[in-house]
Amino acid sequence: MPESRTIQLVDLACTVNGRNVALRIEPRETLADVLRERLGLTGTKVSCDAQVCGACTVLLDGQPVSSCTLLAVEASGRAVRTVEGLARDGSLTPLQEAFIEHAAFQCGFCTSGMLMAATALLEEQRHLSREDVVHALEGNVCRCTGYVPIVDAVLAAAEAGQ
Amino acid sequence: MNASRHRRDETLETLRGRDGDAARRSPPPAPIGLPVARADGRAKVTGEARYVADLTLPGLCHARLLRSPYAHARVVSIDTTAAAAHPGVVAVVTAADLPDVHLVYGHAVADHPLIADGKVRYAGEPVAGVVAEDLATATEALALIEVTYEPLPHVVDAAAALAPEAPVLHAKAGEQRPHRGFEEDIARAHPNVCSRSVQAWGDIEEAFGRAAVVVEGTYRYPMAYAYAMEPYTAMASFEAGGLTVWTSAQHPYMVRDDLARCFGLPLSAVRVVVPYVGGGYGSKSYTKIEPLTAALALRARRPVRLALSVEEAILTTRGDAATVSVRTAFDAEGRILGRDARIVLNSGAYAENSPLVARKAANRLGGPYRIPALRVESLAVYTNTAPASSFRGFGAPQATFAGESQMDEAAARLGLDALELRRRNLLSPGEPPWAKARGFDADLAADLDLAARELGWGAAAPGHGQAICVSMSDAGSEPITTAIVRVHHDGSVTLMCGSTEIGQGSATVLAQIAAGEMGVDLARVHFLNSDTAAVSYDRSTGASRTTTLMGLAIQAAARDARAQLCGWAQETLAPDGPAVVEERGGVRIGDRVHDWGAVVRAWFGTASGEVVGRGYLRRSGATAEMPPFYELGCVGIDVSVDEETGVIRVDRMVTIGDVGCAINPRLAEAQDVGAAIMGLGMAMREELLYDEAGNLLNGNLFDYRVPRFSDVPEMRPLLAERRDGVGPYGAKGGGEGALNPVAAAIANAVERAAGIRLREAPFTPERVWRALRERDSR
Ligand code: FES
Ligand code: FES
Repeated sequence: MPESRTIQLVDLACTVNGRNVALRIEPRETLADVLRERLGLTGTKVSCDAQVCGACTVLLDGQPVSSCTLLAVEASGRAVRTVEGLARDGSLTPLQEAFIEHAAFQCGFCTSGMLMAATALLEEQRHLSREDVVHALEGNVCRCTGYVPIVDAVLAAAEAGQ
Repeated sequence: MNASRHRRDETLETLRGRDGDAARRSPPPAPIGLPVARADGRAKVTGEARYVADLTLPGLCHARLLRSPYAHARVVSIDTTAAAAHPGVVAVVTAADLPDVHLVYGHAVADHPLIADGKVRYAGEPVAGVVAEDLATATEALALIEVTYEPLPHVVDAAAALAPEAPVLHAKAGEQRPHRGFEEDIARAHPNVCSRSVQAWGDIEEAFGRAAVVVEGTYRYPMAYAYAMEPYTAMASFEAGGLTVWTSAQHPYMVRDDLARCFGLPLSAVRVVVPYVGGGYGSKSYTKIEPLTAALALRARRPVRLALSVEEAILTTRGDAATVSVRTAFDAEGRILGRDARIVLNSGAYAENSPLVARKAANRLGGPYRIPALRVESLAVYTNTAPASSFRGFGAPQATFAGESQMDEAAARLGLDALELRRRNLLSPGEPPWAKARGFDADLAADLDLAARELGWGAAAPGHGQAICVSMSDAGSEPITTAIVRVHHDGSVTLMCGSTEIGQGSATVLAQIAAGEMGVDLARVHFLNSDTAAVSYDRSTGASRTTTLMGLAIQAAARDARAQLCGWAQETLAPDGPAVVEERGGVRIGDRVHDWGAVVRAWFGTASGEVVGRGYLRRSGATAEMPPFYELGCVGIDVSVDEETGVIRVDRMVTIGDVGCAINPRLAEAQDVGAAIMGLGMAMREELLYDEAGNLLNGNLFDYRVPRFSDVPEMRPLLAERRDGVGPYGAKGGGEGALNPVAAAIANAVERAAGIRLREAPFTPERVWRALRERDSR
């Protein structure tokens, strides 16, 4: 660290994918920075870095948030879930399975954020219409798929009883 | 939004086995032709897939760039003293610090300094780079660099750049490079003309002299941004006398060639590795930030990562904006007599791939039609704006918007059904569109019928308008490709090739081809790609060429491996006969079957060894004629227009993927849906805007809005498989075709719905509203 910057480090204690995490971080670090750089959880992607595209979506106490603009300290005492936490013991969730089955991604750069936003939706609501999915995922951009297979996958996962 | 999946069978029934020779019609060996799940599925849904920004190296430093605030200026001086002294800064680099580096690169025209060298030609051009221990420090140090500029007159508009007294961007023409993608020399009529291409045949004056109807107009296609969600990112390291660069590049071998030239290294000392790529769409074709990243690493003497923001990515590469002025002559029966056009592309400050975009726009403006006389002049023009380069469809979306708009305008004038007019002019299968070109490898009349049936042509609901448009692209780039198929002693297969998986699904499709050709289970085929030190040469991943051309190279490599294995089997397993008979996945000798692994083990005499099959593709045999194939587009659209607000509502889109043979139908359909929606974005909303001072006004994702979930209409992706392509089992390329006709189809449908003719995309509510008011005042 450069000497000229005497930055007060702050404590961050939270859970990430169910594991306790205790770190000393700079106050300006975003949640995405901490996940990607300090914890090596690079599944969370950053694209717009401005809360427009949804690529960096993670769940904070079950609610989707943009980790690119959320200061990591905001996660203190809360539960963070990332794409790495979806599969349990190597077995994929019905949503992950449906994404593969419906080819709901191409390059995959939006996929982690899509999965997290859709996971929040599926956990909140069991019966979904196309409109529900479109409405809930409107904040997530995908430049590859034209969205159709993503909607299909989320609906299929809802039916499979996520 | 409503997906149609597995409607394909119905289509197939109508189409399968129509034309083509018997060999091509025989069913391809599984898993070729099956909608298997993507090979990268698990990695991408679990977050395991690693992109460049997810990689690191011991001692990695981070870089940031200082960019010019001026559109055109002389760089008088740069003082980096304070920045270099800033704690945590490892190196500050300007052009002056790189006397040992060949600064100027460019595969078509070498005109692009990897960092501004005495002059900046667009607002946002990099003038200095800071390498530091961490990103925050690099960012702080940027503010400590003092640059003195002497602003020069600038020009942002392509037409203005062609004026005699316009400011000149490049006093001296850049060197033409062999990779420009076409053979004739680039002509420069004006110092701001980066390239001038001409496509011409027949007697144009005579054609217009005897026309019954002439339609004439000027069509504008927007300056667009591909927005691959992963911005340009590269990591470079000099070690062991060589250079390694990890980058999100579509064409690793082209990048390698540029790096070797910049740093005076043999090709073998440059390694370009491409991990997972977060979208390309052409925007990651050719060289971008790799030479600059490597130059930073050279001066830092440490590995360096340069990760651009989306705002910086927009300033790095965008699509060519086009103004297409065209007139088309028809006889009284609606036959095209001639087409005369001028295409002016706003290509930005550096050539990049715009000379090829201009060339292709000229080739593609004729569309899939029989045109007795044609004259197209196509200019790529330098302006003081961000450099333009390849973007999905290059040249075709721009040209097709003009050409297909004119078909409907002519149909109305002639009192003909718009599809009937097209049918009267479509190239027949086998007919070359111009002299010395490959014969047309499609039956677009059948595609039109299919689209008409699916759309319900002629039965638009009240207030709605429909249109169906087609496009033809001379595609496939160059057939210069190699592949390696290795069969191990357990019979499993490693496929090695230089094609990049950018999301289009090549890792899956190419493995399917290898598995089918070798007769082994898909789960036993593993794919290694895009590492120039590990896999063999492929020219590029673009122009929809991978399935077709790399597919052929893989077929050849598999054939080579099988031939060797059959020889080995004869030699070791049956030296005195009987003759070895090849079977799927192995050989039969008498009544015993030996799989490939057994043959390898027998030949080496123990459980070890492997066979290496090689496949080469060049301009020879089936791929002697150019282009390697034609990529077709056929898109049907149903729209309605809100008369009060000018908002166009696209209700349905039908796409026909005329791909010859879908190696993986699910992925082929997926390409079409994605391409069509991308086309919709540019037709409806996307446009980069510059102000008079040469500043990009909307260079971020707040203001440059790409399609979202709610913008998607009901989609009907259909595939037409007539086995009429040059690729494996009659395959030909897809992935751009469904984008190219979209703007024209919307404009034509809007005319039917609302009686207005839109000649400037995107069709924003404001533009539509103005056109509606103008219509009412007529
Ligand atoms: S990267 Fe966070 S919303 Fe786009
Ligand atoms: S899969 Fe590429 S952006 Fe969604």
